[in-house]
Amino acid sequence: MTQLTTATIDERVSAEAPSRSVWADAWRRLRKNKLAMVCLVIVSAYVVVALLVALRLLAVNWDQTVGNAYEPPSWSNPFGTDIFGRSVWRKTLYGAKISLTVATLASVISVLIGLPLGAIAGFFGKWVDEIIVWLYSTLQSIPYILLILAFAFVLRDKILFKGTTYEVSLSGMTAVYLAIGLTSWVGLCRLIRGEVIKHKQHDYVIAARSFGAGNFYIIFRHILPNVFHLVIIDFSLRFVSFIHAEAILSFLGLGAKDVPSWGVMIDDARLELGRGVWWQMAAATAAILFISLALNIFGDALRDAIDPKLKRAV
Amino acid sequence: MTTYIIRRLLYAVPIVLGVMMITFILFRVVGGDPAVEIAGKTATAEMIADIRHELGRDKPLFINTVAYKHQGVTSLFDSQLFHHLVQSLTLDFGKSLRDRRPIMQIIKDGAGASLSLTVPMFIISLLVSLSISLLVAYLRGTKFDRILVVLCVLGMSMPYLSYIKFGQYFIGYQLNLFPVFGYEPGLAAIRYLALPILIGVLSGLGSEVRMYRTIILDEVNADYVRTARSKGVNTARILFKHVLKNAMIPIITRVVLAVPFLFLGSLLLERFFGIPGLGYLTIEAINSRDYPVINAMTFIGALLYVLGVIVTDICYALVDPRVELR
Repeated sequence: MTQLTTATIDERVSAEAPSRSVWADAWRRLRKNKLAMVCLVIVSAYVVVALLVALRLLAVNWDQTVGNAYEPPSWSNPFGTDIFGRSVWRKTLYGAKISLTVATLASVISVLIGLPLGAIAGFFGKWVDEIIVWLYSTLQSIPYILLILAFAFVLRDKILFKGTTYEVSLSGMTAVYLAIGLTSWVGLCRLIRGEVIKHKQHDYVIAARSFGAGNFYIIFRHILPNVFHLVIIDFSLRFVSFIHAEAILSFLGLGAKDVPSWGVMIDDARLELGRGVWWQMAAATAAILFISLALNIFGDALRDAIDPKLKRAV
Repeated sequence: MTTYIIRRLLYAVPIVLGVMMITFILFRVVGGDPAVEIAGKTATAEMIADIRHELGRDKPLFINTVAYKHQGVTSLFDSQLFHHLVQSLTLDFGKSLRDRRPIMQIIKDGAGASLSLTVPMFIISLLVSLSISLLVAYLRGTKFDRILVVLCVLGMSMPYLSYIKFGQYFIGYQLNLFPVFGYEPGLAAIRYLALPILIGVLSGLGSEVRMYRTIILDEVNADYVRTARSKGVNTARILFKHVLKNAMIPIITRVVLAVPFLFLGSLLLERFFGIPGLGYLTIEAINSRDYPVINAMTFIGALLYVLGVIVTDICYALVDPRVELR
């Protein structure tokens, strides 16, 4: 039997299995999942298109006439033309920017509200917890679609801080992402609250406290990094519902105006189908369908990769 | 049990008060002054002031200190906040700005049409998705199961608006199976309701089946299933007798919490198919900036939900002996 000193064991362990962070580990598992990687590529493609449109490199001249009204799809106009002879292809690309902007900003708002509130409620307990739980139970008891409509309805065309230098006009898109963001933090808040309640009894929190760490230091430095994977999973799955919500709000006339959002395109197509003009409708549907499909599959794969314990029974 | 029910009702009080605060902030503080819009472009300042007075918008928001000086303590509460609270508690939301009818009357009239759409839709979709997910649980791990899961995700990813549009076009217009638009009260409504119900069921099927499948599979892997299997109970009996019974708790939660929303109708389906229910009413109210109607719908919706939660908790207590009546 060969003798192993402690030093050589340590060397062998570190040589064979270099320590990986949780994220590197998740990425390694995720990379093995081919379908998830395809979905990641699709989502990235949408993001690239949205960025190019935002940088005015793509679909800049979406409002230009490129042919006659209602031309069917052809080589020059792959998705045909709309009632004003504009290219439906360019409008669809432009819609990616609107949809992703709204969904991203709405997610940021809902994480910024839900994460700290959930963490504080779970950590401090007592009356702090009771107030926050009351707040989200109240919001939750209003039917979601009505709540979001009420917010969008009240916020649209509002001007905040009128007359001051901070004047903000809540026109169109701004009202939509504010409405979605302000109403959709409840799920994340409950999730984080539950996790923090579990985590605060763990040894590492007690250890941090015995070192003299303050409450907020413990929450943000120690506990939150341990529950942050839940935020990522929640984010990837919730993003889909935000894209759908944007389309519905725009369709109802509460959202983007004068710019081709996918919801507006579906609204425009309302009377077109009866005339056999299906391409605008099909383009907007396909645009929403593919990103939702990719995000749904990727989100599930991400959940399994980050937290294999959560892997659902199959 | 009675004390349990009373305690659950008391828990609901702060929530209902909270909802009233939210609707107050939304529609009175942030929402601003609808008088200018109602009066239209040719309105004089006098007309706007009249409308404002009629809506009670000329009163102070929180406490009426002006009236207090002249008329005593009770007039302190002659403010928009207290009027809002009284309106909400008595369920008397005044008149619609659009057609001047009492709002509660409009809601009562619309509820029938909404329910005739949403109740059959809900029952059919519950039965269909539960049966499919039981079947999938039975065939778990097979190719059929995998194909169905993919179909579910596909169904979830399809935008709701497209379901309605394409359904209306292909089934209603091209195949000409059902009328595309309209409504008649009474039994004749079936003709008009068949298509929206079909579309509503189809559009929700993906996410429903996926969710019930997860619920049922969670149970399938439980210890009691292994025990039953080792006793020699056959698979069908395990699924229907043991698993379904235990899966009932999450299913009841879903069902009872969904019931209040049936009253509110379906915003988009009603609008597309011209069904004069509460969803249609809400959309009309948004288009004509009818604040009081949206306020009423939001509050009533929340009230129904709170009641639904209480009923769910009581159902738990009845179904599951493990729930403590504390």
